[in-house]
Amino acid sequence: MKISILGLEGTAWNLSAAIVDENDVIAETTATYIPASGGIHPREAAQHHANHIADIVRQTLKKGGRNISAVAFSIGPGLGPCLRTVATAARALALSLEVPLIGVNHCIAHIEVGRWKTPAKDPVTLYVSGANSQVLAYRKGRYRVFGETLDIGIGNALDKFARSVGLSHPGGPKVEELARQAKQYVPLPYTVKGMDFSFSGLTTAAQEALKRAALPDVCHSFQETAFAMLTEVTERAVAHTGKNEVLLAGGVGANLRLREMLAIMCEDRGIKFYVPEKRFMGDNGAMIAYLGLLMYKSGYSTPVPDSRVNPGFRPDDAVVTWQ
Amino acid sequence: MAIVNMAIGGSPTIFASGAEAMITLDGNTIIKTRVQKRYRLKEIDETLRISRTKAEARLISEARRCGVPTPIIKDVTEFEIKMEYINGTSLKNVINPSLAGQTGELIGRLHTCGIVHGDLTTSNILFKDGKLYLIDFGLAYLDKTVEARGVDIHVLFQTFESTHENHDELIEAFKDGYSRMFGNACEILERVKEIESRGRYA
Repeated sequence: MKISILGLEGTAWNLSAAIVDENDVIAETTATYIPASGGIHPREAAQHHANHIADIVRQTLKKGGRNISAVAFSIGPGLGPCLRTVATAARALALSLEVPLIGVNHCIAHIEVGRWKTPAKDPVTLYVSGANSQVLAYRKGRYRVFGETLDIGIGNALDKFARSVGLSHPGGPKVEELARQAKQYVPLPYTVKGMDFSFSGLTTAAQEALKRAALPDVCHSFQETAFAMLTEVTERAVAHTGKNEVLLAGGVGANLRLREMLAIMCEDRGIKFYVPEKRFMGDNGAMIAYLGLLMYKSGYSTPVPDSRVNPGFRPDDAVVTWQ
Repeated sequence: MAIVNMAIGGSPTIFASGAEAMITLDGNTIIKTRVQKRYRLKEIDETLRISRTKAEARLISEARRCGVPTPIIKDVTEFEIKMEYINGTSLKNVINPSLAGQTGELIGRLHTCGIVHGDLTTSNILFKDGKLYLIDFGLAYLDKTVEARGVDIHVLFQTFESTHENHDELIEAFKDGYSRMFGNACEILERVKEIESRGRYA
């Protein structure tokens, strides 16, 4: 029988359910929590997920109509209240369908969906989202973190800055839009420490810079500084590991300037650069279902008593059983 | 940094090429050039290359003053450091427990001086005439925290483990040497264990 996995994603503001088989996404339904004002409020986001999950799952099962082999869900990292809400739904579903439950690492799901939907085989991955910013590569049974943010994720940094100048959530795309109208660069702190980077000082400095520079110029300078830091560390990881592919993952990967910088770096090093379709970059149920499928095939499952969520689940704490 | 010996006629030899710099050899002088990165804005690129070149040259000299053998700096310009070529062999090829002990002393002195190397491998330590030299300060910085020193040593231990069979013996000898030169070695070596358990910096 053909394997098909139902995956549930709800680590932050996007709630999504999907069914995949080995070839493609069979069905996917998404409901996004949009804060009335300010940023993501964890409890409100969890409430949103609780209100919509039954309907989302029903619609997905209706569209995907076939036997489900297992139920996969994001067990971490993410916002605690959101993770718990979605995990509860996943447990209930697995028990009622009488199929195995599979708790997957959210960061690794981003990488695996990229390896599925692009020709990348063994890439250095730059994973950039609201809460996460990491450079990862596979080595000896694990996805190792070669570099990461020492404080906040790049998406959060952009959103925080955007909010402080009155732009609504999510701020990243608005900053990108404004940056196109910039006339000049304003110096901002560039913080790379070995293989790690930091964005909180940059965010504060950008807010300060508005006292002496125009908003588009600061948006442009913020992007140029932050993305150069990310590209530099990615290049270091490539040089260190000797790998010849770079994969971009996560919602901030939609930014065209970031893509351009990575593309230039890869071109200059003579290596390949891969970006999945936009629907697989931000948080999505398909990536959870697909990693669930890989884990299911390797014989892995999460017994319900061990399925407690882990908001600080590091990708390098997950043993890769499927490669 | 990968060594790619490419001799080109009588001109300087391209010796190695890493993520940010190119190393060429001209007679007995090593030239480290921080290359331009097209992906970043010219203003950012030049500021970074100038400040990092200056910082690296300063730390190489500083380490030397603290009794850590490093190449003698001959000249520093905006993007370039000219320094003494140490015609030794990489520690990787000759390591034994006695040299691991000497390495411990070397790093003990460096850390006492407040410098963290940032990229400690057996390829970045050279052996010549019975003496060890520390090279490539491209990722070095001033830091006196337990964490920074612990990561420094952990990274070195990983190269012991991945490239040498008798690594336990080497690690023990290193610890002895490090403890001889560095005051509060216990605290740092405890942290190395903890860092290892986090499974990072592989």
